[in-house]
Amino acid sequence: MAQPLTNEIARYLAARVRWHPLEIAFWLAALASIFLLTNKHLILTEIAVLALFALSLDLILGYSGIISLGHAAYFGFGGYVAGLLAKHGIVTEPVLALIVSGLAAAVLGFVTSFLVLRGSDLTRLMVTLGVSLVLREIANQLDWLTGGADGLQGVVLAPVLGLFPFDIAGHVAYVYSLIVLFVMFLLARRIVNSPFGLSLRSLKGNPLRASAIGIPVNGRLVAIYTVAAAYAGVAGALLTQTTQFVSLDVFSFERSADVMLALVIGGTGYLYGGLIGSILFKLMQDYIANLTPQYWQFWIGLVLVLLVLVGRDRMTNWTTPIRGLFARIGPRGDHLAEGAQAPAADRP
Amino acid sequence: MAPVLETVGLVKRFGGIAATNDVSLRIEKGARHALIGPNGAGKTTIINLLTGILRPTSGKILLDNEDITAIEPHQRVHRGIARTFQINQLFGELTPIETIGLAVSERMGTGRHWWRLVGRKPEVIDDVVALIEQFRLTDVMYHPTAILPYGKQRLLEIAVAIACRPRVLLLDEPAAGVPDAERHEILATVEALPKDVTVLLIEHDMDIVFSFADHISVLVNGALFTEGKPDEVARDPRVKAVYLGEAIDV
Repeated sequence: MAQPLTNEIARYLAARVRWHPLEIAFWLAALASIFLLTNKHLILTEIAVLALFALSLDLILGYSGIISLGHAAYFGFGGYVAGLLAKHGIVTEPVLALIVSGLAAAVLGFVTSFLVLRGSDLTRLMVTLGVSLVLREIANQLDWLTGGADGLQGVVLAPVLGLFPFDIAGHVAYVYSLIVLFVMFLLARRIVNSPFGLSLRSLKGNPLRASAIGIPVNGRLVAIYTVAAAYAGVAGALLTQTTQFVSLDVFSFERSADVMLALVIGGTGYLYGGLIGSILFKLMQDYIANLTPQYWQFWIGLVLVLLVLVGRDRMTNWTTPIRGLFARIGPRGDHLAEGAQAPAADRP
Repeated sequence: MAPVLETVGLVKRFGGIAATNDVSLRIEKGARHALIGPNGAGKTTIINLLTGILRPTSGKILLDNEDITAIEPHQRVHRGIARTFQINQLFGELTPIETIGLAVSERMGTGRHWWRLVGRKPEVIDDVVALIEQFRLTDVMYHPTAILPYGKQRLLEIAVAIACRPRVLLLDEPAAGVPDAERHEILATVEALPKDVTVLLIEHDMDIVFSFADHISVLVNGALFTEGKPDEVARDPRVKAVYLGEAIDV
């Protein structure tokens, strides 16, 4: 009796997680950049690292509503772990070192999550900022280990998977970064489209009701914060590996702020925001810095102010029309159009 | 008969005010128990204490004779207590399918699965479909909750509580703010609840209370004033004075 409806709903839910043509186009373009933009691989690598970092922030900010001004804590921690592993020859194979760095950042994320998840947004802003500043100062003080303010010198890496040595033009580094980004993106896409991911969106919207239907709100937040810390740690490790250097700057407030900017430019809560935002942010930074090396932050700031004004009530909302367009022309839209009800028509 | 849910000397103070003052309630298994009282009597506070949103200043809450006073709200849901809210507490961006699906997966213990896509468990969808049909939400099931008509949101509010398959259901003014035309629909769904589900109802509408309840507790100024069968409570001149009188006069 209810079987047709069950099937219809199952099809509807499946359609919503199906790959959209624009998504495929995005990744094909990324693939093409390997062959077509060979002289841009250095900046593309920077973009890929920032994109992975922004993806990490999107998991907590966009999907779970945890606002952070100190996400560089985990980025920097992963960066230093990767640097130390390579320098002391503990793990020289980059992929394995990346995994170890991500796990180390996850442990740090898990431990600090209990501090961060207390209190309201403002408290979280301050605590996250504090955690990143504390870590920066610890790295500064442990100069016998980290090189202090001079940074960690002598990071030497083995070839990726023992096969592909890093080259001076950065081709291997870019392909490696892009593959890491893609794999991490696939995992994130799976996570946000899972029941766990849906529960994150619910508790972001209404934690009171989420707990009233049996969702352990704090447990879920700890889990996603830990995952996001691992993502940030991998991004930081990737930076260390592709530049063969790491300095205190990885913990800086500017790094936390940059990733927030990149994510806001791209829009939160649909995974591609961090990626698109990172491309725009880096290109803008690169272009403006060429024009006026001293004042590029002025222009970035101006763009941000304009974005937020366009978005009006919430800074995350300015991409909504674009996303609406996505929904209309993709397979998700197709399903709604052929269904018995056509809710897309009377959506505001 | 053993009570399924019981409070013992429950007290909740906000500063100097005792919103709940030494309340000892016994809710029998399968009861249709109504909690009534004038505005500000502390009815919703009791629901918040029972569900764990508020922690009592003193006193105990027992579910099947087990002390649940200290456990978290979400754990109480897993033990079988679900509630609706007087003011809708829903997920504006999510559709009714997703909202009910969340509650069902959480009950089945699959809500934390991160490796599986939403919608891949037929048993979850079957439960969602049953509730969507029972609560007549089929025509709006793909819409974000925020744009649903108020009456539909109210139905979803109850549906998502039922999706937890509670043994004890706490209804905080289920028909509040619903136009008369849609009111009977909500009351019909409440009346159609299985008899083994124990219901604690907070309601201002005396017609609803007296047609629905088999036991009534009257709360005044945070304290239990009197309780009994509906006809006893209705006959009690003191209840008329503090509450029914007020309601009837209006």
